[in-house]
Amino acid sequence: MTLVLEAVTIRLGARPLVGPLSLTVAAGETVTVMGPSGSGKSTLLDAATGALAPAFRLFGRVLLEGRDLSGLPPERRRIGILFQDPMLFPHLSVGENLAFGIPRGVSRRDRRARVESALDEAELSGMGRRDPATLSGGQAARAALMRVLLAEPRALLLDEPFSRLDTALRDRVRGFVFAHIAARGLPTLLVTHDPEDARGRIVHLSAGERSASGGEEPC
Amino acid sequence: MRAMLRVFPPLTLCLFLLPVAAGLLGTALPAFGIMPGGGGAAGLAPWRDLWATPGLGRSVALSLGIGLGSAALSLGLALLIAAGAQGTRLMTWSRRALAPLLAVPHVAVALGLAFLLAPSGWLVRLVSPWATGWTLPPDLATAPDPWGLGAALALTVKETPYLLLMLLAALAQVRADRAVTVARSLGHGPLAAWGRAVLPRVTPLIRLPVYAVLAYSLSVVDVALVLAPGTPGPLAVEVVRWLGDPDPAVRMKGAAGALLLTALVAGVIVAWRLAEIALGRLARGWLTAGPRLGGRGALKGPERACRPVRNRFRAGVQPPPGTTVVRADRVRWRLALAAALPVVLVVTLAVAGMALWSVAAAWFWPAPWPSALTLETWARHLAGSPWPLWTTVTVALAATGLALALALGSLEHERARGLTPGRASEWMLYAPLLVPQAGFLFGVQALAALARLDGTWLAVVWGHLLFVLPYVFLALADPHRRLDPRWRRTAHGLGAGRWRVLLRVVLPLLLRPLLFAAAIGFAVSVAQYLPTLFLGAGRHPTLTTEAVALSAGGDRRLIGVHVFLQSALPLLVFALALALPAWRFRHRRGLRAGEVGA
Repeated sequence: MTLVLEAVTIRLGARPLVGPLSLTVAAGETVTVMGPSGSGKSTLLDAATGALAPAFRLFGRVLLEGRDLSGLPPERRRIGILFQDPMLFPHLSVGENLAFGIPRGVSRRDRRARVESALDEAELSGMGRRDPATLSGGQAARAALMRVLLAEPRALLLDEPFSRLDTALRDRVRGFVFAHIAARGLPTLLVTHDPEDARGRIVHLSAGERSASGGEEPC
Repeated sequence: MRAMLRVFPPLTLCLFLLPVAAGLLGTALPAFGIMPGGGGAAGLAPWRDLWATPGLGRSVALSLGIGLGSAALSLGLALLIAAGAQGTRLMTWSRRALAPLLAVPHVAVALGLAFLLAPSGWLVRLVSPWATGWTLPPDLATAPDPWGLGAALALTVKETPYLLLMLLAALAQVRADRAVTVARSLGHGPLAAWGRAVLPRVTPLIRLPVYAVLAYSLSVVDVALVLAPGTPGPLAVEVVRWLGDPDPAVRMKGAAGALLLTALVAGVIVAWRLAEIALGRLARGWLTAGPRLGGRGALKGPERACRPVRNRFRAGVQPPPGTTVVRADRVRWRLALAAALPVVLVVTLAVAGMALWSVAAAWFWPAPWPSALTLETWARHLAGSPWPLWTTVTVALAATGLALALALGSLEHERARGLTPGRASEWMLYAPLLVPQAGFLFGVQALAALARLDGTWLAVVWGHLLFVLPYVFLALADPHRRLDPRWRRTAHGLGAGRWRVLLRVVLPLLLRPLLFAAAIGFAVSVAQYLPTLFLGAGRHPTLTTEAVALSAGGDRRLIGVHVFLQSALPLLVFALALALPAWRFRHRRGLRAGEVGA
């Protein structure tokens, strides 16, 4: 499992916004993209998930496990995404949220079993029928991660996932998230403006251009 | 699905703008002597006939008086309520009263008012003979009165809630509460702060709704038939009468009149805009003038210097009792109450009076209440003619369902394409509301006849759709555009395709605004008079057309049944629209507020 960005450039009209950026994220590795707001961090993630707004234009390729993702709709790219808010669907129960991404063809019994074990793993045992609005910040963040993992993604994108959590909670959630990512060997791209959240290799984006620090992949 | 979405905007336009344009053309041609499919000699004869019509000037004057008077009055009342009640409990009450006030059809209010205001009506009964000495109904023309005041009143109490609804949306958009807090902390009184910091910013936002109210009030037919004088009536009433005449020459004169009415509305809208610009120029000095220091209740002498500080305190939550703070706020609160209360009272009394009539066994003058109650009128009516009720419900459901699908499809298309809604699209949406109904429905009828659809149930649904769609779209557009895009991205990232995202995520999250939009659409459909009349060719009577037809006869019991049903149906739908999501999401705290925003 490898996520590869190949000379990715994003333009807004004539204005270059991101790139050209070439990057290989190996299985189990985390690469951090850092930059001030407006530097196109979230746009880069949109490009990877296929949710780029029509006003932007993407050049270059995004490859996952050697497969070119261009032209694939977001739901068929198998790239999971976590935002700074847990985004648990408020109209579904916690268990229904977790089950939302389990692929079709899994039997009803198997689905239930997977949800139950995911809840256990996230220390949310017995909370499957709860209203997501009643979860604490840490519980909701863990549930959101389990929901993404149950969808069996091949890569993971994290969009400032810890910035809404208070400092005490932050370390624990961060540890939980990265432990699970490592256990599944997922290539992970993390964008943040907070140096404290950064890990692995770091790529800096500034408005319109890119400067690298650390061991950036020679391309 | 993306390919499918592409169909929606052109489809919406075809169902929607095309009829308005074709309708205007189909009305314009006969006005110059050309009857579609009927021949005739081209020329200006219809216009000569029109100018020669006795009382034309009075018809135009009546239309102008009723239209301009009620539009200006309802805008004034809505502004007073919005400015005076901002941030108070009165605003909470006003918000709650909006849905039921919007639900009651115009003509139901008009019919109720006719009973309230009549010489033998409820108001006179309540004070006679003990206070007035009248043992017989006084010999006065009050419903209708010679100047159309009753019609203007009916329109005012119906348009005020609509404009307030539009104002509230605009106020939220410009963050009016914060602007007022800032202006008051700079030393302006509450109403002055609102007028200076908020009014100039909401004016452009409510311009189109105000134009729609102007167009509606100037060209209303059903309300005018009930409450305006008849010989001659307002221009729109005369035009509809001529357009329904068996003599082609009179119909052509009617077409010319319809064009005149359209020109009148356009002229008034232009004049309104010019007046707005002039007022804006005149008020510029006032807008930028600083606060009055020596005003009533101001601190005098050396304390003056600390007035801004005091005023910052004013804007706070708990002003100390007994200070000028409380007085200024009490004044604005009372003004707002004085504006809101009559509106609520008139509508309530109008509907209650007719509801009482529908169950009255005997109610002789001057008794204030019926002497006995019975359900006989109801039984007789429902057994005798259940069809208008059936048509009303089926047409309203079909038009609302179609409107919801079209609006949702267009909005999804707009989002998928990343289009930002422009001013032009807003104007297009408002088009059927800005052109007088009598000005283009005749042409639409001709169009339907060409398609051999006239007089069918489907044609009536289509006619209603023209007026239901703009309201449904407007009610749905804001919540749809505000929906956090991360909901969709999250769901896509979990492997859900477009349809699944729409059905499992977007629609449930938007259930509340969807149902509210549906309720508005339903209420709009129930209230339609001219589209039912023109496109149904008299073969599909609804509660509204029946009620208007009955108003001439004066059987108050039967009118009462219609008014009650007409009001109760939309009210029921509004109640369902509020109750259903509350029940469905009773265990979902995140949805209880109804807002799933950023």
